[in-house]
Amino acid sequence: MKRFLLVASLFFALNDRQRAQHVLDRLAFGAKPGDVERVMRMGVDRWIDEQLHPERIADRDVEARLTHDPDRRPIAELSAQRLIRATYSERQLNEVMVDFWLNHFNVFAAKGLDRVFIADYDRDVIRPRVWGKFEDLLMATAKSPAMLFYLDNARSRGGALNENYARELMELHTLGVDGGYTQKDVTELARVFTGWSIDREEGDFLFRRFAHDRGEKTVLGVHFRAGGGMEEGEQMIRFLAHQPATAHHIAYKLCQRLIADEPPASAVDRVAKTFLASDGDLRATVKAVIDSPEFREPKYYRAKMKTPFEYAVSAIRAVGGRIDNPLPVARQLREMGEPLYLSQPPTGYSDTASAWSSSGGLMARLNFALALAENRLPGVRSNVSDARATARMLGSPEFQKQ
Amino acid sequence: MIDRRIFLKSSGLALIGGALVPNVFVKMANAATTKGHKVVVAIFQRGAVDGLNVVVPYGEQAYYAARPSIAIPRETVIDLDGFFGLHPSLASLAPYWKDHSLAVVHAAGSPDATRSHFDAQDFMECGTPGIRTTEDGFLARAVRGTSPLRAVSMTPALPRILSGRVNAVAMTDIARFGVRDDVSPMFESMYGGAFDAAKMLKSADPQKLQPENGAQYPPTPLGNSLKQIAQLIKSNVGLEVAFADVGGWDTHAGEGGAQGQLANNLRNFSDALAAFIRDLGSRMGDVVLVTMSEFGRTVRENGNRGTDHGHANVMLIAGGGVKGGKVHGRWPGLKDLYENRDLSITTDFRDVFAEILTRHLGVPSMTPVFPNYTPKWVGVVSGQLT
Repeated sequence: MKRFLLVASLFFALNDRQRAQHVLDRLAFGAKPGDVERVMRMGVDRWIDEQLHPERIADRDVEARLTHDPDRRPIAELSAQRLIRATYSERQLNEVMVDFWLNHFNVFAAKGLDRVFIADYDRDVIRPRVWGKFEDLLMATAKSPAMLFYLDNARSRGGALNENYARELMELHTLGVDGGYTQKDVTELARVFTGWSIDREEGDFLFRRFAHDRGEKTVLGVHFRAGGGMEEGEQMIRFLAHQPATAHHIAYKLCQRLIADEPPASAVDRVAKTFLASDGDLRATVKAVIDSPEFREPKYYRAKMKTPFEYAVSAIRAVGGRIDNPLPVARQLREMGEPLYLSQPPTGYSDTASAWSSSGGLMARLNFALALAENRLPGVRSNVSDARATARMLGSPEFQKQ
Repeated sequence: MIDRRIFLKSSGLALIGGALVPNVFVKMANAATTKGHKVVVAIFQRGAVDGLNVVVPYGEQAYYAARPSIAIPRETVIDLDGFFGLHPSLASLAPYWKDHSLAVVHAAGSPDATRSHFDAQDFMECGTPGIRTTEDGFLARAVRGTSPLRAVSMTPALPRILSGRVNAVAMTDIARFGVRDDVSPMFESMYGGAFDAAKMLKSADPQKLQPENGAQYPPTPLGNSLKQIAQLIKSNVGLEVAFADVGGWDTHAGEGGAQGQLANNLRNFSDALAAFIRDLGSRMGDVVLVTMSEFGRTVRENGNRGTDHGHANVMLIAGGGVKGGKVHGRWPGLKDLYENRDLSITTDFRDVFAEILTRHLGVPSMTPVFPNYTPKWVGVVSGQLT
């Protein structure tokens, strides 16, 4: 019987309602009232196609809700806007990808000048590039004051190396920890990036020629003759962006985000191929994940646990909540262990259930659910007819999943 | 046993604890307590603390040669044994060195060569360096008690080190751990076991306990974590293993020396630990507190007056049965470096934990805790098994 059910679950596909729910869970921050029906009417595939082209989606409602408060610090301002966009933007997949890439290229915004640089980083570095080429996104982060400051490259000079950025560039941003580089490669790559720094007056990228190590270098088999300059770093960014190990690493992380904590190797391999074949085109790559047969396999339906950010936003969306002041919600995220822009280690926040399924985290979610259902969550108004039933729904094990 | 503690307090002798807790109290309390109330508290310094500037080998010239701008000057260290000295920011811990309840293991660490924060932390917490497939944490594998609060992590998420079948509780605030009475049955029917710990906390009410002996916790996340761990220990809720972590150690730039970035972090760190020891007073006889960090930092300072990812590090151990007042482990020196840049490891971190778990907690076998590894005795914890 058990065996039959297993075979049956593989054989029978998700029904239309489940498919709509699934894409709203994974490619959006959960369903608002009426969303499932709307996606079913429109057709799941058409909805996906629309979401893959956010520039075609009108989003006037969210723009109207974004308020600017000059007295707020950038982290608070950004957190507020991120919560508003995640909750109300019609370009939901775009917000999911912004969340993914901000986390992939994590910057801890409470470190010194990153308190200021983080605003440009979110608005001008990450957001405009989530549907472009990976190489462009990587290059933009490499030249961003936020990253240069966070991983200390701004201060790295010839003869006075700082290898922090060079290491994380390979380990986290591109090749992955098993990507086949050595300590020697880390040191050599750090030499390549000497002089990549910040113009503190303007808050812009600045190549400090005299800080650059002009000696001969070899990184990952790429040789540089003595006398080079900024082009060495640019060449290495292009090189790293197109490595098979990078394709695999990015494919793995995207599949982990959108399919399963332990993503199926078949999907990862296919997505990595698309990444390479499309010259690192992120729209094509994300589309490859969504088009994977694995993406719609019943065994991955509600198989991922929501992060605190996903949970809080999906709960507010589910009850049609009105956010009057996002900052108390941002503070709730801190309580739940995921304050926006404030992951200290360069790894960013974990995207797997093991990191988020703790008893304390559960209590925090239940209390969030209760407060929201009873219309007493600070900063949020909800219009709930049966508070107890809503609390039960938002607190249920099913609603922790997506 | 309780009588003895009350005696210590009421006789006024415990007031001495206001200055420091002489080891004699620790020993007396240790002899008086029963098996089953022993606690291990592990603190993870995430980001790789620069152990060479925590317990400074000030007697070695190579140390000063390697660190022209960030070395801790000889005249500012708190001397330990004529060769090593504590960073001056650790002044609040110095009394416990003097009364032999604080020990140091230097050149300790995880033998895997990785310099990735994430991998190194993961390997260390799993207790199986180099092996990616281990899913649970070694502290989780060492817990044997049955209380719902036998294993507690004062963190928002459950760390790898306590992941596993022990169902450890992770929280940041005892007061917020639980839901309102009228809805508790509803959620309990969905989640069951998670509420056992909440109910136990509710009836024990540990938060009512104020710090004792004049202990003042710094208003930092670590201070807050340790304050609550002390409350749990005093509440006798069956706590066996507690965990807390603290970040901010990844000092690639502007690390500072006797003053500066690391000095400030260390002061907060030391003050939190010292407050914990002082707060628990004689009860420290039941407790071993141990610190760990994923790897050390380069011996030579880098171009930005900081240090990059290295290898061996330092561990601090305090509490009952600890052979304090001594720097344990073989010192490899700073001439023959690991990969020509880092302090070599001479003590596997598993040896330190194996000894604590065996001798203090009474864990009968290290085979499940550290599979495929035979720990060696370090001699940092005495072998009292009451």
